[in-house]
Amino acid sequence: MNVIHHGSKNMSLNNFLSMGGYAIYVWSAYGISFIVLFLNITLAIRDEHKTRNEIKKRLQNNKK
Amino acid sequence: MYKWIHQFGSPKYFYDISIPLSKWVAIICAICFVSGLYGGLVLAPADYQQGDSFRIIYLHVPAAWMSLFVYLIIAFSGAISLIWHIKITDIIARASAPIGASFTFLALITGAIWGKPMWGTYWVWDARLTSELILLLLYLGYIALQSAFDDKRIAARAGAILALIGVINIPIIHYSVEWWSTLHQGPTISKFDKPSIHLTMLIPLLLMVIAFKTFYITTLLIRARSEILEYECNSSWVKKYVTK
Repeated sequence: MNVIHHGSKNMSLNNFLSMGGYAIYVWSAYGISFIVLFLNITLAIRDEHKTRNEIKKRLQNNKK
Repeated sequence: MYKWIHQFGSPKYFYDISIPLSKWVAIICAICFVSGLYGGLVLAPADYQQGDSFRIIYLHVPAAWMSLFVYLIIAFSGAISLIWHIKITDIIARASAPIGASFTFLALITGAIWGKPMWGTYWVWDARLTSELILLLLYLGYIALQSAFDDKRIAARAGAILALIGVINIPIIHYSVEWWSTLHQGPTISKFDKPSIHLTMLIPLLLMVIAFKTFYITTLLIRARSEILEYECNSSWVKKYVTK
C-alpha cells in the first residue's frame, strides 16, 4: 500500500514536471521570467543603496 | 484635492510615503505571485487544445498588458511634466522605463517560446508581434535618450516627446489582432459578456495580473526613491536623511 502510494506521488510530480510533454517550453518561459523579474528588483534596490552612499560620501568630502 | 496633488508632487512627501507603500505593495505582490503560480501551474486543468503549454499564458498576458500600461504611464507623466514642469512626473517616467522594457521583453520572449509548439515557429512578422517589437525599440530609445543628456530636465523633455509620439503604437498593438489577419489568438479575457476561459484558469490569470502590476509599483517606488535622492541631493532633508 505504502509503496503504491509512494509511487503515485512520484508519478504526479513527474507528470507535473513534464508538463504534458511541453516541459522545455513551459519551464524555460518561467525560468527566463523569474531571472528578469529578479534582476529588476535587485538592481533597483542596489541603485537606491548606491545613490545613498554616493551622496553621503559627497557630503563628508564637503565637510573636510 | 489641489492641495493633495501639490503635496504628492513634492519629492519629499513622495519619498516619505513611498517607503511604507512599497513594503505593503510588495507583500500583496508576493501573495498574488505565489497563489497565482500555484493556481496556474498546479490547480488549473490543461487546456483541451493546447495541453499544458497554455500555462505560459500566466506570464505572457500579464507581461504584455503591463508593457502597454507602463508605456501609457510614461507618456502620460511625460505630458504632465511638459505642461506643468512637475519634477515627480519626470521621475516616475524615468523610473518606469527599464521596468516597462523588461515587461515588453518578457511578453516577446514568452510569446516566442509559446509560439514554437503551437504555431511551429518562434517568430512571424505579423502585426501583433511586429508592433510589440516596435514597443521594445521605443522603450530602448527612451532609455538611451535619458542617458544621452547630462541635464536631466532636457533628457526628461526629450523623452516625453518621444514617448508621446510613440503612443500611436499602443492602439495599433491592441487592435492589431482585429485589424489584420494574424496567427496571434484573439483576446482571452476582454470579452466580459462571454469569457472564453474557464474560471479555474481565469482566477490564477487575474492573480498574476495583480502580481505583475504590484511588482511594477514596488520596483517603480524603489527606483523613484533613488532618482529623488539624486535630484534633491542639495536639499536639507536629503542631507539629513542620508547622514542619519
